[in-house]
Amino acid sequence: MWENIKQFASEFFVTGDPLIYGADVSIALTMIAIVFVLTKYKKWGWLWREWLTTVDHKRIGIMYLIASLLMLFRGGVDALLMRLQLAFPNMEFLHSEHYNAIFTTHGTIMILFMAMPMMFGLFNMVVPLQLGARDVAYPFLNALSFWLFMLGAMLFNLSFVIGGSPEAGWLSYPPLSQNDFSPGPGQNFWIWGIQISGIGSLATGINFIVTILKMRAPGMKLSQMPLFSWSVLSSSIMIIFAFPILTVTIALLFLDRFAGAHFFTMDGGGNPMMYLNLIWMWGHPEVYIVVVPAFGIFSEVVATFSRKKIFGYKSMVWALMAIAVASFFTWAHHFFTMGTSASVIAFFAISTMVIAIPTGVKVFNWLFTMFRGRISFKQPMLWTIAFIPCFLVGGATGVMLAVAPADYQYHNSYFLIAHFHQVLIGGVVFGYLAGIYYWWPKLFGFKLDEKLGKWGFWFWNIGFYVCFMPQYALGFMGMTRRYYTYGWDRGWADMNLVSTVGAFMMGIGFIFQVWQIAYSIKHGERDKTGDPWNARTLEWSIPSPAPFYNFAVVPTVKDSDDWWATKQAKANGTYKEEPVHLEPIHMPKNSGIPFIMSLFWFLVGFGFTFGWVWIAVIGFIGVFACMWVRSFQYDTDYYVPVDEVRRTEASLGRVL
Amino acid sequence: MQQMAKHHDHGHGHDHDHGHEEHEQLKVLGFWIFVVTDCILFGSLFATYAVMMHSYAGGPTGKELFELPGIIASTFILLTSSFTSGLAVLAMNKGKVKELIAWLAVTAVLGLSFVVLEINEFTHLVHEGATIATSGFWSAFFTLVGTHGLHVSVGLFWMVALMIQLKRRGITPVTRRKVTNLSLYWHFLDVVWIFLFTVVYLMGVM
Amino acid sequence: MTQHENHGDHHNHGSLKSYVIGFILSIVLTIIPLVLVMNQMMSKTATLITIMVMAVLQFVIQLFFFMHIREGEKPRYNVQTLILGLVIVLTIVLGSIWIMTFNKY
Repeated sequence: MWENIKQFASEFFVTGDPLIYGADVSIALTMIAIVFVLTKYKKWGWLWREWLTTVDHKRIGIMYLIASLLMLFRGGVDALLMRLQLAFPNMEFLHSEHYNAIFTTHGTIMILFMAMPMMFGLFNMVVPLQLGARDVAYPFLNALSFWLFMLGAMLFNLSFVIGGSPEAGWLSYPPLSQNDFSPGPGQNFWIWGIQISGIGSLATGINFIVTILKMRAPGMKLSQMPLFSWSVLSSSIMIIFAFPILTVTIALLFLDRFAGAHFFTMDGGGNPMMYLNLIWMWGHPEVYIVVVPAFGIFSEVVATFSRKKIFGYKSMVWALMAIAVASFFTWAHHFFTMGTSASVIAFFAISTMVIAIPTGVKVFNWLFTMFRGRISFKQPMLWTIAFIPCFLVGGATGVMLAVAPADYQYHNSYFLIAHFHQVLIGGVVFGYLAGIYYWWPKLFGFKLDEKLGKWGFWFWNIGFYVCFMPQYALGFMGMTRRYYTYGWDRGWADMNLVSTVGAFMMGIGFIFQVWQIAYSIKHGERDKTGDPWNARTLEWSIPSPAPFYNFAVVPTVKDSDDWWATKQAKANGTYKEEPVHLEPIHMPKNSGIPFIMSLFWFLVGFGFTFGWVWIAVIGFIGVFACMWVRSFQYDTDYYVPVDEVRRTEASLGRVL
Repeated sequence: MQQMAKHHDHGHGHDHDHGHEEHEQLKVLGFWIFVVTDCILFGSLFATYAVMMHSYAGGPTGKELFELPGIIASTFILLTSSFTSGLAVLAMNKGKVKELIAWLAVTAVLGLSFVVLEINEFTHLVHEGATIATSGFWSAFFTLVGTHGLHVSVGLFWMVALMIQLKRRGITPVTRRKVTNLSLYWHFLDVVWIFLFTVVYLMGVM
Repeated sequence: MTQHENHGDHHNHGSLKSYVIGFILSIVLTIIPLVLVMNQMMSKTATLITIMVMAVLQFVIQLFFFMHIREGEKPRYNVQTLILGLVIVLTIVLGSIWIMTFNKY
């Protein structure tokens, strides 16, 4: 009996590496500390009522943001570990398998559990406010999306301490990801973590499409809608068409592993190349899904901090929509070297170059908006200005990679690594950071400290170039990705050391940002006006932080950049005050079902990960029961009485 | 929350009813978009099937094992159920609850027989030695056809839940929206089956 | 956004007549390919093309007669989504076939 338990534990828990034991201890201590604090201050009820069951898009946005910052930390630590290993390749700081696990989790976490939730956080925090809406179209579904993401991410991260991490790369190509080469639960964690959070992403896509098409304030035509909302529409369109492909692809991979099917196997008529074909049909739109909202953020920030209307609004909208469609026609450029006909390669090389055009249009528009503007270099604008050259180089190297014959040289080399980090950090991370700095006061009621932020900014930026410029050269020198070691005679050591120094500089930048947030909670400049940047769109017309119903009176929109127009009219004295007519506000009720249902999904994933089908069955029954119960609930909303609206507004300093 | 949640009976109160109606329309649009994403899901499965169509790996082929009579029967059953779910919507528009529930019941019985026939077919295939692990072709076949069957089964549970709700609450904006979505879902499953029938079975026995 | 004056009577989702016509057409369009395939009346390619065309026709019929694609308020976002979705579905299927033809063992 005792032997059995010991045997089980040694397989169940990840053992053998002092780094992991250290992490185990810190995770356990953190958990105990959280439970202790919640119990001591009697906060369990508060946690349940105010957060776990909330359907308020602003709170869901905040939870997405916190989760994504935690994931950025974990993914970042993974990156630093890899860089340490490569700076001193012969020290065996990491074993080869541990190195494989770390580059796998780094990629997966950064794209799916960092970039995606940070993006959804921004969607939630901004879009309804920007449209003059009281919530998203389906608040309950929105909460469900969040908890599915969260539990999926938790399932994936669990692989760190029990069962073992996936080791087959962030897209888990077969045959490496099949049972023969990746036995055990690690690969299943990858499949189920992504599968569960993917369902949530799909639902978010549907939710925001309907919100944007149908919930805009009266009078706001699509052609007057702020560009961030347009970018969210573009991104959501890609989500709803791309994510079902991902669902199918990894479900098929799971069937191969679990039921012995022959989709991507080497024998029995399977074809691993079909996996590449399918996963990149999702994977290519996915990179546009995360980068397009960043374009939206830059458009808002550039206009606000240049004190000008955005240049070329129509071409911006056209470019965003063109990207949404064209992104589905370029996937094969990820596997030119797989071998296929010349006509396939020619088609996808050309389509890849074509998609660079709308992006170029946008860069010119941002530049022309800044031209002769009164630019103020606040933090959001700093990140925007840093983005432009960075993304330009990243885009140009992308076009180099699109040249198929040349790609045979670059493929899977560090040149590629440097390219996609340049577009993903320079585009996505810089963009989201600009967005977070920009909308932070709206969410929390105070600005983030400028001085600490500038330290963070410069460390990130200088660190970025120090880290990735050498990698382009390393690629030309023949270093391919996913090496865990190399010989000194290759001549790669110096460049790798420089690159590692750069990575640590970005890490220091991140520490400055964490410090900045902690510092600003106490000392940050409070926003009393609701419009700290003198901005242009509707979200700045209400108090910061916004009351739970957002708008006491739903605004009527007459103009693009309506809030700016209102302010101008007030300054000119041409503004006509309209009588305020308060009405009871229709709001959705909180619900525990999204959280509970996601817990059951977690059980499904956990059961299948370890091959314990009975746990998965319990999970499925639970999911089903939750849907059944929800279907029979009819009392799902309520009205906020006028008195309460008046009181809330008064407490925020607005008399109605 | 509790004290704010004054009870509002949504069936009455005229101006609230109007807002409700619009909100329910919103959910129909959302559901329609969901159905389109489901098209993509089936599209990916069809693509996989198309690529694996001849990957028998020395195992049995579709031509050897498919038995068309059962498939033809399920095809007409599903087609008829799509029609009867439409009749249910017609009954709803006329405000006849009983007729509506009756047509939904007919649809559900037809759907159930479809599922039973499919299970029957799968058992038969397994006995003949064609399982999901037999070859790339059979993996693709069982996944594609099985996913459709799973969709139909989920629809059956939904239908039962909806019949109970209709019985309890009658035709309200909420139940009306639910019936609309359900029938949309059902028509969609019929359309998927038409392509399944054509691509998998008809082309399989050619 | 603002035009909901005709609220109340846009529930008129088709009539019995349209459902019956759709049903009959669907049955006919199912029987024709069946007969063609069972009796091997045409060459393989011709049969393939014909049965695919029949399937697509039946899809269109269900769209118009059962799902009432022509009704509903404007702008018809549902139709726009559907069209884009079909384009993507075709891309997935035809693209996969095209790319994978060169990668068969």
